[in-house]
Amino acid sequence: MSSRVIHDEVVAARAPWSGVVRAGQTLRIVDLAGNQAADCILYNAHDPDERYSASDTIAEQGNIFLTTGTRLLSSEGNVLMVITDDTCGRHDTIGGACSQESNTLRYGHHAKHQHACVENFLTTHAPRGMGKRDLVSNINWFMNVPVEEDGTLGIVDGISAPGLYVDLLAEMDTLVAISNCPQINNPCNGFDPTAIRLIITESVTA
Amino acid sequence: MSKYTRTAEVLTLSSTTATTHGARNHARAQAGTRAETQPTLPAGDAVDTPAGVAAADMVWDEIIGAGGYAVHLLPRGARLRLLDLEGDACAALMIHRADATAERLNVADTMKVQWQAYLGPGMVLLSDMGRVMASILDDTSARHDALCGASVTAGNARRYGDGTVYGPSPAARDRLLLALAKHGLTRRDLPPTINLFKGVRVNGDGALTFEGDPIPGAGVTLRAEMDLLVSVANCPHRLDARKAYAATPLRLTAWRGPLTPPGDHMRNGTPEVLRAFQNAEDLIGGAS
Repeated sequence: MSSRVIHDEVVAARAPWSGVVRAGQTLRIVDLAGNQAADCILYNAHDPDERYSASDTIAEQGNIFLTTGTRLLSSEGNVLMVITDDTCGRHDTIGGACSQESNTLRYGHHAKHQHACVENFLTTHAPRGMGKRDLVSNINWFMNVPVEEDGTLGIVDGISAPGLYVDLLAEMDTLVAISNCPQINNPCNGFDPTAIRLIITESVTA
Repeated sequence: MSKYTRTAEVLTLSSTTATTHGARNHARAQAGTRAETQPTLPAGDAVDTPAGVAAADMVWDEIIGAGGYAVHLLPRGARLRLLDLEGDACAALMIHRADATAERLNVADTMKVQWQAYLGPGMVLLSDMGRVMASILDDTSARHDALCGASVTAGNARRYGDGTVYGPSPAARDRLLLALAKHGLTRRDLPPTINLFKGVRVNGDGALTFEGDPIPGAGVTLRAEMDLLVSVANCPHRLDARKAYAATPLRLTAWRGPLTPPGDHMRNGTPEVLRAFQNAEDLIGGAS
């Protein structure tokens, strides 16, 4: 069985992207330049009130890190996508998305007018009639958020590198929303936002 | 006279509720009944309230049992004490900004901004708009969970054989959805929630450890830093491996209190939290 490419796109640094990955198709997210956080929320393409649930995903697998084999669960307990390959090793789902508002807390009010992931999500959601209520705890592909024994956590230097990727097999028609994180105040992007590549493939029986 | 003869006389003799007046009398005769789990109204009639709290300042007193839930509005400055009466409650908690419910608890920002995954005394709960929603004033449990969220229908069906809202083992998420629905909110308004009185710890490899041993009498007192809609369900934690649906009564008690002053130790606890207070105060035109 071979596969054919349905879609192949480079998402510019700091930009949003959203699109539907059909059941059975695989989305590959490539960290082109290394250590580029790709914030991501998944939705049932036919009923976006059903969306990715970080807490269900964490509780069901008993682990905070996402990697090969992780079932990305919805708020209704259904599998949206499964991670079928991961050359990075692990990804975050507890650190959330940066926003202008949370940036004021983490860095100061000078950061209020900087571009942020929530701005990207709201921008890509608006034409679909979606909005703020559809934003929930997300996935941060290629982002490194360890938790110390005393509970201290933080976004630290990444473990990704140029060309590393993650493969996501859609178990249902999934609306994938991505913010190619524009953050410049912490190491999630190595302080230098860069492009990512999205490749959607599907299997072809000979 | 046949007992099947449908005359007013027969029906009156055979039942006290066959007439409107009889049914009304029957319903009214129930007044004064006490259940183990119920609200106290007016809240000022509650007994065994926190020391120093005047009856006139009480705004809420309610006990919710296993699988129960409650929802209430709290004014800014109010204190909400959650009391784990027998030590085996699990309080699934969701909070919205009362006057603009699109703003709501954000567990990711709560952890990330405070550089801390474990909720406890001295920490605050943050909204998705960079504002403090509530401060954890007192906490004799310090064993909570901001990672795993509310139990769900299918999970309860697997563990207990039933996960329906009308059955013996409802899921916390379904109870919170009912709480929200009574204020016009839907599942779009329910992001991941927190659990109080049951803890989850993260090991070095990211794996979770559940901490659920009972702590009778443990309590958490929150201070509302904006007008809040508070939704609480009392259902076993989803990582609680016991076969039995075990959740003991949870008491919720709230009273009016002073607004947080500029010199408050929690407000000034960390630079991040201070800015979260400043952002909340900006809503109403300055500090108290």
